[in-house]
Amino acid sequence: MELANIFIKSIFIDNMIFAYFLGMCSFLAVSKSVKTAIGLGAAVIFVLAITVPINYLLDVYILRSGALKWLDASYKDIDLSFLSYIMFIAVIAGMTQLVEMVVERFSPSLYSSLGIYLPLIAVNCAILGGALFMQQKDFSTITESIVFGLGSGVGWALAILALASIREKISYSNIPAPLRGLGITFILTGLMAIAFMSFMGIKL
Amino acid sequence: MAEKESMFSKSNIKLLKDPLNDNNPITVQVLGICSALAVTVQVKPAIVMAIGVTVVVAFSNLIISLIRNFIPNRIRIIVQLVIVAALVILVDLTLKAYSYDISKQLSVFVGLIITNCIVMGRIEAFALANKPWPSFLDGIGNGAGYGFILIVVSVIRELLGSGKLMGFEILGHKAKTISESTGLYTIGYENNGFMLLAPMALIVVGVFIWVQRSINSKLIEK
Repeated sequence: MELANIFIKSIFIDNMIFAYFLGMCSFLAVSKSVKTAIGLGAAVIFVLAITVPINYLLDVYILRSGALKWLDASYKDIDLSFLSYIMFIAVIAGMTQLVEMVVERFSPSLYSSLGIYLPLIAVNCAILGGALFMQQKDFSTITESIVFGLGSGVGWALAILALASIREKISYSNIPAPLRGLGITFILTGLMAIAFMSFMGIKL
Repeated sequence: MAEKESMFSKSNIKLLKDPLNDNNPITVQVLGICSALAVTVQVKPAIVMAIGVTVVVAFSNLIISLIRNFIPNRIRIIVQLVIVAALVILVDLTLKAYSYDISKQLSVFVGLIITNCIVMGRIEAFALANKPWPSFLDGIGNGAGYGFILIVVSVIRELLGSGKLMGFEILGHKAKTISESTGLYTIGYENNGFMLLAPMALIVVGVFIWVQRSINSKLIEK
């Protein structure tokens, strides 16, 4: 039940885009067509589900205050948490590189559809944001962090898919010229975020 | 003297001024939106964030530009990220030391300067191909353009949302009953609490883009 709660919460209530505005840059730039949105969404789910648990292990066994206890009892006062940004981003950059190579080797068709987006993901704030929120939430088991990563990714993918569908529709609408393109996209995202606020307070 | 003049030549001044309007990082280049929207509920954190981002962009541009000829192309992203991350840790620790409350308020968003697309975007687009001094100016200019939007949006949101600026109640004090209130609240004015919610940041930026493009018609998208 707890896991289902984390999953639903990370998709709808703590939605990366509508609640925290993370990964906004690629969200706005790549949402012109549904097809590319699906590709990027899948890549984000994939990378988040992999990097959040890895960063969780890193946090629990190396970075947290007193985490190095398992090496030697005398290390219990060491707090390396100021290094977490650099460690997390290194893991993310490394993992995206690795994922890219693995996907290229084993599934060329998936690679050609995700290909260009994978390297972009290293600098997508949703991924690093996922790791940092994971750190704040103090999960007790690794399963919880996997579920959280997966849920955040699904939420992000859902959001970009929805925006891309709306943008495809409104490309035929008569919008005031200065508002065309970026401006209307901002306002649309704002309205969608208001709609997402109705999920607030839901608890499973 | 001759050297000094070339330091602020016309093209260098343009690097500083362009990002404020014609080439604004947020409204034109669509970079660094994530943090821009999340920290604009109040003016104070917005200013701190603007300064932090400007420092990081300027110095990461400078450092990358200094070593641009020694970075192997294939691993450049990791090299850039490590340099940016080191600068961000410096900013974060400085904030924690000197203004702990604001650092708490900004929470993860200081860390997210690392992946703020302005930083990576300017490194990729400018610092990798230009000399250190223009790169530094480009960083300052883009940081200022980013800060400008941040401050405009946060002024609108804080003023309409809670009737304050920088924490001061400039529209008067709101008490439980009208007779105890002062300022605008005596005539029944109410704060628009909606402005404090996250989605309004997007709509305010959207309207800002609308206004900017109505004035500056060469930015209109086809």
